[in-house]
Formats: sequence, structure tokens, C-alpha cells
Amino acid sequence: MAIFVDENTRLIIQGITGGEGSFHGQQMIDYGTEVVAGVVPGKGGQEALGVPIFDTVRDATRETGANASVIYVPASFAADAALEALDAGLGVVVIISEGIPTLDMMKVYWRARSTGQVVIGPNCPGLISPGKCKVGILPGHICKEGKVGVISRSGTLTYEIVDFLSKSGLGESTCIGVGGDPIVGSNFIDCLTHFRDDDQTEAVVLIGEIGGNEEELTAEWIKENFKKPVVGFIAGLTAPPGKRMGHAGAIIAGGKGTAKDKIEALTAADIPVAKRPDQVVGLLEKKGVRA
Amino acid sequence: MKIHEFQAKQILREHGIPIPKGDVATSVDEAVKVAKGLSLPIVVKSQVHVGGRGKAGGVKVAKTMDEVRAHADAILGMDIKGCIVRTVLLEEAADIKEELYIGFVIDRASKKPVLIASAAGGVEIEKVAAETPEKILQEVVEPSLGLCDFQVRRAAFFLKIPKSGMKTFTYTLHALHIAFISKDCSLAEINPLVITGEGNVIACDAKMNFDDNALGRHPELEAMRDDREEEPLEVEARRAGVNYVKLDGKIGCIVNGAGLAMATMDVVKHFGGEPANFLDIGGGAKADQVTEALRIVTSDPTVNTILFNIFGGIVRCDRVAEGILQAKERLSLDLPIVLRLVGTNQREARKMLEGTDLIMLETMSEAAQRAVELSRR
Repeated sequence: MAIFVDENTRLIIQGITGGEGSFHGQQMIDYGTEVVAGVVPGKGGQEALGVPIFDTVRDATRETGANASVIYVPASFAADAALEALDAGLGVVVIISEGIPTLDMMKVYWRARSTGQVVIGPNCPGLISPGKCKVGILPGHICKEGKVGVISRSGTLTYEIVDFLSKSGLGESTCIGVGGDPIVGSNFIDCLTHFRDDDQTEAVVLIGEIGGNEEELTAEWIKENFKKPVVGFIAGLTAPPGKRMGHAGAIIAGGKGTAKDKIEALTAADIPVAKRPDQVVGLLEKKGVRA
Repeated sequence: MKIHEFQAKQILREHGIPIPKGDVATSVDEAVKVAKGLSLPIVVKSQVHVGGRGKAGGVKVAKTMDEVRAHADAILGMDIKGCIVRTVLLEEAADIKEELYIGFVIDRASKKPVLIASAAGGVEIEKVAAETPEKILQEVVEPSLGLCDFQVRRAAFFLKIPKSGMKTFTYTLHALHIAFISKDCSLAEINPLVITGEGNVIACDAKMNFDDNALGRHPELEAMRDDREEEPLEVEARRAGVNYVKLDGKIGCIVNGAGLAMATMDVVKHFGGEPANFLDIGGGAKADQVTEALRIVTSDPTVNTILFNIFGGIVRCDRVAEGILQAKERLSLDLPIVLRLVGTNQREARKMLEGTDLIMLETMSEAAQRAVELSRR
């Protein structure tokens, strides 16, 4: 089944004519994602990557029956682009752009919640349901349709771990990069809620990092609410306090948000945490998850 | 981004919040000149981006003009946790009856701004939160409503604000909230907010941090940036468009992606080595950025081994290879370079690097282990 995106996804690309939008748009089409339209204000009526361009998301949605959008527009316009997609009621909005001001993202977050829609990102690689649909920038060739759900705050670290999952034969149901910002549209628990009800997903890998307390909250939640096997990886054991490690959200502030605290919380919830990315598959196998 | 206390107070003043009378100076003579316009006693405060200035001797009260001169002389040039004091702030000392704390942050868990108030001002709020959490009041601010009057009243009663100071306190809290939102702060705090002997309210110290993602719409804040307070290599890296954080080890790490960069440091440590830095060359890295990354990492004299960990999804391995070759040509690199390069265009990349002295390995663990061995020489 997979979650959020699958063979029924009909995708709009906001920013389809930009460098990122056109490159990754083509990659998504090549992977088999059904891209139905692009949105670029002022370029309505033209065409890109073989699909029509519209001036507004509302027009694009009405004309094509789209049910998801991916946003590649520059950071200063990205929050507004997301609000426009939510206003059109697309249901799933994926923000790839990096650098959106936190207060702007706060508006997007609450708008999505109040309208019952899903936002993934920003500052994320997007998501992929291997063999069905790819939305974002994840390299499709390393993924393999299978049984493990992956949720991650990172990009390339996700690829590293997904590569091991694919080569082991376990494969993935859906991989979601939730994003590296302090406020993201969907957190670990939001994704787990969907994985819980997904028949294809037999186990989940959580890839966390320093900053905030989401991993700790998730560990608590899993104890009561999630029965499928979960294993974790946390990046940033060697990160110094008070320094932002690339991602806007990856910072140990006031002694809070350390990798050690997160690993302890997960371990206490019976979620084994790998010390290295190449140990994740072994931990899943120990939990009885086999290819 | 961080700014100095005097700059934060400038923003408070623009928002009508009462602050002590004073000005900054960068030399002893200038300090005395500033002091002449103020009434004694005067506080002489070092302006650096690190906390714990008072304990380090960077904040002193002068009762006479001679003391102003002596304190300014002692504090200017002082090294506080690696930051050299270049500026002092001179202010009329407040008649302190009580020290309170008020501040706003974005709460990542509730995804809303939160007002934090505490009767235990003058010390770090994290310390109060850990030791005496009952002394802290938190009020979540609904983004659609803003800070409400009843919340301000709740804070005022919690802090036992005297009647005489109520009007200024209410104004100050609202004004700080407006500054927090309008300047895209990640933190805006007044600590201490002082209740004077006469029952007035005044902001004696202030700290503001800003959302780096929002600086594009605040040129006035960007102008307050003080590069001298940052690690010079980190400043260079920012200008080159790479994310770099300096650490103390011997293994210089160059990685694509922040999560993978952190994981690479962790794996180096796991195998018994010490990473020299965090470095993410970014998603769309081109050859020049790779060259620049190598230059920055190797300018750190403690580095004796380089570890590349590239998982090319979007980053093309051939561009990374091109960057390394370019760097080898331009910089005289004699350090061993361990390279793990997989993903998009890896075959082309390997061909380009054939015949060089680079140590090419297949996995992250193998590469990290080899780098650790080499760093022990």
C-alpha cells in the first residue's frame, strides 16, 4: 500500500521551470511519477517537461485533478507557495526548498493542521514509495520496493541507510525525509500513525539527529501506540553544544537535544539504536524482520 | 545569528522599552568620555557573544571616574572564553531591588512562540529550569491571537510586579513580543528585568538571537553581524557557501549532507579517532566548492588526514573528483586523503582519479577506519 504517495498520486510541480524543478521534475517522470502540471506565475499556457503550466495552483488543480504538489521555488516564496497549495486543497504538499523563515513555516504548519492536509518538509529530500511514486529529490535507483518504512530528518544519511536496506533485500514501503528545520510539516509521530495502518510496512527505521526533543516524544508515543518493530539511528554524538550542524534544527541548545538523551530515550522504549549506519539491517534482523 | 548586548538594547529602545542611560566605547579614553555624560555609579560591561561575562570579570561597577578608567582598561582586550573584548558598554547602574527574567522563544514541540517569565532573574534561565522549575511561568502564544492581556496579567501576578511598575511591565512585555515577531528572533530575552527601589521597571541586560533563514528580509540586522566574534574559518566557509564547524581533532571530514556529515564524525569517533570538523559541501556542490572546502579544512593546522565521504544522489561524483584534482593542483596538499565516493557518476569519477595517491575505499566504515589509522602517525 505505502503511505502518502503511490500509483494514484497526480503531482503538480511548483517551480517547474527553475533549475531544480526542471531537473528533478524530469527525474520524477523518468521514475514513473505521474506529473500532471506545473505552476509558474506568469508562465500559464506554456508547457514544460511535456505537461501544461498554469499561473495558479487552483487552476492547475481544477484542470488536471491533481492530488499532490511538490515545491522547488526559492525559500523566500516557498511558504506562500505552500499556503497556495493548501488553499487549493491538494491534500499532500511536499516542500523541498531550504531556508524558509521559521515564523513563515509556523503559519504553513497550522494551516495544514486546521485543514487536515499533509505537509512534508521543508528542507527535505521528499519521499518515495519505491516502485510506485517518487516526489522530491531522493535518488530512485537506490530504493527497492519492500517492507521497511523509513522516516528521517536528513537527506544523504537516509540514502546511506536505504542503500543497505535495499541491498539486504528488505526493501522499503515508503521513505520520508521529514526535513531538517526546527518546524516541519510532519513529524515522526505523524508518519508513524500512517505506517501503523499500512499493511506493506512491517517495520520502521527512524533516523534522527541532535536538536529539539522529537525523538524523545516519539519514543514515549511508540511505547503505547506502535507495535511493529522499530530501530533507530541518531546522528550527532560528536556535535558540540550551541553550534548549528548544517540543518537549521540541528543544534544542542541549553544542554537540550543531545544525541545521548535521544539514544537513551529510544533504547528505554525498546528501540535499538545503531552505532553505525551499516548496523541498521542487523538490528532489524534481530527484531525478526527478514527479507 | 547573535548580536551584542548593546545592539539588542538598541532594538529594545526602538520599541520603547526602558533601558539604562549609557553608550559604548572601544578605548579607555573614549570610555571616560562616555562616563562623563553619565552619573555614577557606572557599570562597565564587556561586549562579547559568549555568556558568563560577569564570572569572568568582564562586568564591573565603578563608583568613581578613576574606577571607570581602571575597569575599562582591565576589560578592554580581555579574553573571555576565546573572545577578545573590543567594546565596552557603560551604563548608569540601576538601583536593583529585584531581578526578574522575561523572554520569548519558538517552542519546537508546540510549534508556537512561548513567553517565559521567572522571578529568578540574573542567572541563566536553563539553570533555573533545571533546579527550580516552580519559579518559571510559561505562556504559549497563539500565533493567530498574539500575546493577550490576560497572559501579561498572569505573568505580572506570578512575578509580583508592584503597582507602580505595572504599566511599564505590561508595555515592556507587549513590546518585546512585537520585537520578537517583527525581527524574526529565535530568542529575545531581558535578563535581568530590574524592579528598582522606587518600583520602576528597567531592562538591564538583553540578548537576541535571530533566525538565519529570515536575515534576507532584515538588512538592518545583517548590518549588526560581528564576524570577529566567530571562528575565522567558519566565516570563510559561510562566504564560500559551505557549512563548516571547527572541532579539535586531526581528521578533516568533507561530506555531502548535514546528517551524513554528523554521522561521519560519529563513526570516526566510534573507531577511536577525533574529527577536526563538521563540513557539508551542500546538495548542488560543484568542483569549486569542493576545492574551497579542502582549502578551509587544511588551513586548520591540527588536521593531518582528510576523509571524504560522498554519497552522490544529487551531488555528482565526477564533480567532486574534479574539485579534488583542482585542489591538489592549486594547493600544495601533502596530507593523506581517504576517499569514499559512491553514487551518481561514480565510474567517471574513479577513472579521473586513477593513478593518483588518493586512498579509495568502498564503504563509510572502511574509509573512517583507515582515516583513523592514518591520523595516528
